[in-house]
Amino acid sequence: MSDPASLKHTPLESAHVACGARMVEFGGWLMPVQYSGIMDEHRAVRSSSGMFDISHMGEVLVEGSGALSWLESLLTNRVGKLGLTRGQYTLMLDGNGGVIDDLIIYRTGEMSYFLVINGACRDLDLEWMRSRLPTDGSVVLKDQGDAYAAIALQGPDSERILRSLYHACEVPKRNGIAKLTESIGSTPSLVARTGYTGEDGFELFVPVNDGIILWDRLLAAGVKPCGLGSRDTLRLEMGYPLNGSDLSRNRTPLEAGLDKFTGIDDPEKGDFSGRKALENQRSSGLPSRLLPLKLTVSGPPLRSHYPVIFEDKPIGETCSGALSPSLGEGIAMAYLPPALSAPGTAVEIEVRGRRYAATITTLPFNKRA
Amino acid sequence: MNVPADLRYAKTHEWIRVEGDMVTVGITDHAQTELTDIVYAEPPKIGAEVKAGATAAVVESVKAASDIYSPLSGTVTEVNSVLSENPALLNTDPFGQGWIYKMKASSPAEMEALLTPEAYTAQIS
Repeated sequence: MSDPASLKHTPLESAHVACGARMVEFGGWLMPVQYSGIMDEHRAVRSSSGMFDISHMGEVLVEGSGALSWLESLLTNRVGKLGLTRGQYTLMLDGNGGVIDDLIIYRTGEMSYFLVINGACRDLDLEWMRSRLPTDGSVVLKDQGDAYAAIALQGPDSERILRSLYHACEVPKRNGIAKLTESIGSTPSLVARTGYTGEDGFELFVPVNDGIILWDRLLAAGVKPCGLGSRDTLRLEMGYPLNGSDLSRNRTPLEAGLDKFTGIDDPEKGDFSGRKALENQRSSGLPSRLLPLKLTVSGPPLRSHYPVIFEDKPIGETCSGALSPSLGEGIAMAYLPPALSAPGTAVEIEVRGRRYAATITTLPFNKRA
Repeated sequence: MNVPADLRYAKTHEWIRVEGDMVTVGITDHAQTELTDIVYAEPPKIGAEVKAGATAAVVESVKAASDIYSPLSGTVTEVNSVLSENPALLNTDPFGQGWIYKMKASSPAEMEALLTPEAYTAQIS
């Protein structure tokens, strides 16, 4: 655990304590891992609603006449696709095609873009971006991370609840962003229809001092507080990668199966950081692929760093794993030789020295009717 | 926090119930509260030799796996097979239906080293 004195605290910490959260260190932040229980919170998000403190995430505003072309060179997905108020998932790569961060970028103005980056690598991301800014002043970058508190409201009841709190709000469509003009504090406040759970939902960005007010209003509306534990089981069921576990500087987004979020097949996308490395991988073949696995026998919960065995030989290890609360079975992801990627390929996962039968499967793990 | 008066306790949050020469072993209410939702239990095998203070079983919550240490040395005579179907019993009834294994103690003198209910309560307070 990091030195407690250097841990960062979110603006909602007192709310977590008041709600009975167990707190843990995550990426340098003191965060709630669970309140009523991971299973309970997971089910609430899948069936009604839950909320997550995402204030640890970073927010960056990029503006100026050069903003679009600069962002095109920095990020993998084609930024030019974004109409006003639209958002997209994208990645920032280093020169080897390795992932520095995955993020969502929204176009909030003619020459104005709002980026939401991972909490664990805020400083690294900003350092990377700042060192690459043009010197002619055509791009202005503002770190707004400390200005916002943020809450992710997720679940099928999200829209109804949002409308009950913000009567006059323009509710964005999926992947869109809107201003919360009827804010509960001062502007600016933003609401994006995005999330990390696979359910409908919204990510709300409000001024840092209004975070607790928003949390309490959502609580009063019956939304269940949810922590990092359920956040992980929810996103893993969907097959959403986690930077630091499933994404890293050592693997490209092509290995992670994120081709369509890179502009590599987009005829209108120009050069971007890491492009050459991706093209090289395309010509020489991927060294590995991120594959979804599940146990085919009953066994212990799957976790990261469990060896994956094929024909009696270790071929990799899990990078993420969980007992899926929705499915009641162990699920995991691992970078494995591409030759084994066919769904149904039989492998084994080793837990505490014992091997359990598993199979390569398809995403999302929880397929719905 | 529930600390039944008829049991003895290990510092590592296991309990024993002694009935004649049969010893039943489980985890305490304090332990299950710390672990939260228990989703999997791996008791020892029948016939296994266990040593006081060494890992005898593993219990997994959604978040982490935890070693369960045998409070006494001896031989495992019975395991609670219901736990494979219903690991949540470790949370809901840790001193009753959530028992993990029964054993024959090889060195009953080891019981001297275990904590009384009062001493265990003091430890967890």
